[in-house]
Amino acid sequence: MEKFRVLEIKQSVFADNDKRAEELRKELKEKKVFLLNLMSSPGSGKTTTLSRTIEQLKDEMKIGVMEADIDSDVDARTISDLGVKAIQLHTGGMCHLDADMTAQGLEGLETGDVDLAILENVGNLVCPAEFDTGAVKNAMILSVPEGDDKPLKYPLMFSICDVVLINKIDVLPYFDFDMEKCEQNIKMRNPNAKIIPICARTGEGVDKWADWLRSEVKAWKE
Amino acid sequence: MHELGIVFHIIDSLEKIGRENKLTQVASVTLEVGEVSGVLDDYLKDCWKWASDKSELLKGAELRTLPIKAVTFCEDCNKTYSTLEHGKTCPFCSGGNTYLVTGNEFNMKEIEAC
Repeated sequence: MEKFRVLEIKQSVFADNDKRAEELRKELKEKKVFLLNLMSSPGSGKTTTLSRTIEQLKDEMKIGVMEADIDSDVDARTISDLGVKAIQLHTGGMCHLDADMTAQGLEGLETGDVDLAILENVGNLVCPAEFDTGAVKNAMILSVPEGDDKPLKYPLMFSICDVVLINKIDVLPYFDFDMEKCEQNIKMRNPNAKIIPICARTGEGVDKWADWLRSEVKAWKE
Repeated sequence: MHELGIVFHIIDSLEKIGRENKLTQVASVTLEVGEVSGVLDDYLKDCWKWASDKSELLKGAELRTLPIKAVTFCEDCNKTYSTLEHGKTCPFCSGGNTYLVTGNEFNMKEIEAC
C-alpha cells in the first residue's frame, strides 16, 4: 500500500481566482477596456437599469454587455435591441461567475474596440461577492421593495461594491423603506461606497450614475 | 448552491496541486473555516461527497474542517469580544467602532496524499 504524506497548502480557497482576476485586470488596463461588474438580487431591475445606462452613454463610447444567467437568453436579447453588442453567458447551474469565466466572456465579446464592458452577474447577493471577476469596479443594485436592512444581511456584497444604486425610488411611498437608515447601513459596512438613488423606469437619477461611469472609464483609459 | 460552487472551486485548485506534485490519490483535505465566513459545514461536506466522487484524484477523500473563532476588536475601548454573540456592537462600551480580527477565513490548510 502506498504511503500517504501530509502536504501543507496554506492558501485561501479563493487564492487561485484572485490571482487570475489580477491578471485579467492588467490585460484590461493594457487594452484600455473598462470592465464593470454589476450585481444584485433577482428582480431588482438590473436589465432595465442597464438599458437606461446604455441609452445615456452609447453615443460617446463603445459598449459591450455580457449577460450571465443560469439559462435563457432573455436579457441578452433585450440589450441587443438597444444596438450594442450583447452576449449571453450560461453558467451551467453555477450561482456566480469567476475570473476565468469572465475572461472567456470577454473573448466572446471581442473587446478590441470596446471602451466599456459590462458584466451583468447572476442575480444573487452571496456568491458573486466572493469571486473577484477581474472587473475594474463593482456596482450593485438594491431595490426599494427588498428593504433597507439588506446591507446587514449581505455584508460582504455591500463591502466590495464601489457604487450602490438604490433603484425603484418611485415606489418609496408604498414601502417601509428608510433611505437614511439604508445609507447608514451601507456606510457601516463600506464607508467609501457611493450611493445613488435612481428610478430606472422613469430615468430619475440615472444621469448621476452615468456621470460616475463616464469619469471612471475616462480615468481608466488615461 | 453557494457551497457547491465553492466545492467545485476547491476541487479545481486541488487538481492543479495534484498535477504539480504528481499525486495520484488524496486521502483527506483539511480546511480552516471562519465562524463568519458564510460557509456552512454541513452543506459543504454534502457537496464535497457528491462532487469529489467525480474526480479521480479526490474520490473517497475525507473533508475535514477546523473552525476558526470569530473575534472582533473595539477601537474605542481596545478590547476584543466574540463576534457571534455581540456582532458589530461592543458589549463593553456599546460603541460601533469595531472591526473583525479573525473569523472570515476560508483556507485550504493541508492534504494527505500520495
